[in-house]
Amino acid sequence: MKKYLHVLNIGIQNNLAYRFNFLARALFGFIPLLALLSVWRTIYAAKSPGATVGTYTLAEMVSYYLLATIVNALTAVHDDDWQIANDIRDGAISQFLIKPIDYLWFRLVLFASGRIAYFAVAAAPLLALVFLLRKYFVLPPDMVTFGIFLVSLVLTALLQFFISYIIAMLAFWVLEVSTFIFIVYAFEFIASGHLFPLDILPAWLVRALAFTPFPYELFFPISIYMGKTTGAALAEGLAIQLFWVLVAYFAARFAWSRGLRRYTAVGG
Amino acid sequence: MTRLARYISIYAALWKNSVTREMIFKTNFVLWIVVELLWFGLQLCFVGVVYMHTEAIGTWTKWQVVMLIGAAHFIQEIFQAFFLINCANLSELVRTGKLDFLLLLPVNTRFVVSLRQVDLGSFVNAATAVVVMGYAAHQMQLSLTLGQIFGFLVLCAVGILIHYSLMFMLATISFWTVRAQGIVWAYYNLFQVARLPDEAFRGMLKITFTFAIPMLLVANVPVRFILDTLRWPNLLLLLAVGAACWAVSSLVWHVSIRRYTSASS
Repeated sequence: MKKYLHVLNIGIQNNLAYRFNFLARALFGFIPLLALLSVWRTIYAAKSPGATVGTYTLAEMVSYYLLATIVNALTAVHDDDWQIANDIRDGAISQFLIKPIDYLWFRLVLFASGRIAYFAVAAAPLLALVFLLRKYFVLPPDMVTFGIFLVSLVLTALLQFFISYIIAMLAFWVLEVSTFIFIVYAFEFIASGHLFPLDILPAWLVRALAFTPFPYELFFPISIYMGKTTGAALAEGLAIQLFWVLVAYFAARFAWSRGLRRYTAVGG
Repeated sequence: MTRLARYISIYAALWKNSVTREMIFKTNFVLWIVVELLWFGLQLCFVGVVYMHTEAIGTWTKWQVVMLIGAAHFIQEIFQAFFLINCANLSELVRTGKLDFLLLLPVNTRFVVSLRQVDLGSFVNAATAVVVMGYAAHQMQLSLTLGQIFGFLVLCAVGILIHYSLMFMLATISFWTVRAQGIVWAYYNLFQVARLPDEAFRGMLKITFTFAIPMLLVANVPVRFILDTLRWPNLLLLLAVGAACWAVSSLVWHVSIRRYTSASS
């Protein structure tokens, strides 16, 4: 345990070296966010006051995108998948095979340190933006809901990490994994709710998406926060999210052990 | 004339190199086209979903916005085909000092820095954008004259020039700070503004993205031109802004290149 805390500490320090990159990334990310908000504002302006899209009022719609940005900052995989693929390709994983450190936990701790460092930098501009748009920012119905949201947030981060880890394992079989990363990311982008809240889709499509892990990578925790998933549906959703986390975890372990059979370290 | 002929033959050689390079990694070449196609499809899905819940964005109807997204994608892909990799590579040339070699060549340095590699897959994706635009035109029962198509292409070229000038300026930041690569990729966020209808923006955002970073002119003006909803001042504005971006980027390039102090070799 102590050794992983040490990794966390070093990881945070390493990541903070990129603080200006992080800040630039966060600020540039506001551009498409504000653009999308403008589009929705224009759409709502043409409707009667108090009108909704799906179940969303204008304030809820704005809050959805702000929350998506916050959840994303806290849980999204940055370039961990690339780093893991590189480690495999250039043989850097060899050292972990002979040390008493588990590579998956090692990468998970590094991922956590990356998120902590990123959020430490991005929190100020994010909060400033939320403050500017406070008229449109809804709060969770109560503290219990907020607590459950936080639990779901951790599960989301784990799910995102394990899925990226599985894709990075492809590096054992193919030389170039970035196209695969982008293809999966495209599906995650639309099916997890980055572009729009999933429940404004036709009902059959929402039901179909519920059978995939994608909604649990972003949409689900936001719907908890906004009080749109409650009661039995909430309990069931958390169970399914946990189920996907476990599936992804075991798949990641499996891919690693199969990959190692093919692995040949070249040189020192 | 001989000068032009010389540059054309140099550029032909660069093309030949790029084709050879792409053909070494055939699978990767095809997969990148798939990636771009997926992201294009994603944008179209977004329009589809939004128009389930509204009749119009401002005065823009569904097929008009599809046309706009197609045009913005077309402009972006042609820009990518010629310039994007080269702009992104500039910081690497500065960091490693490989720019020395290009400075010594008996050609215009900006020419060779900007056009060294051609991204052939982008032409395929530009073609898919043309198909989508054609389909949208068909849905609107738009019949275009050759003059309109020619005008559209000229305005698209101005849009590409604006993208190129802005990104090239961003890339020259690498003469001041070594790690500028991320800054160039940050430009991707601006493409997302270029494909949205201008009427969705108001106030400060509209002013910023029209005059300072003219993303709302790049694709909106050409599309409005063929939809016959273009007001003439906006046409002139696009041309003026295009010329201004080019002029400023030339100036910035000349100032920046003076700061170049190679790397140890």
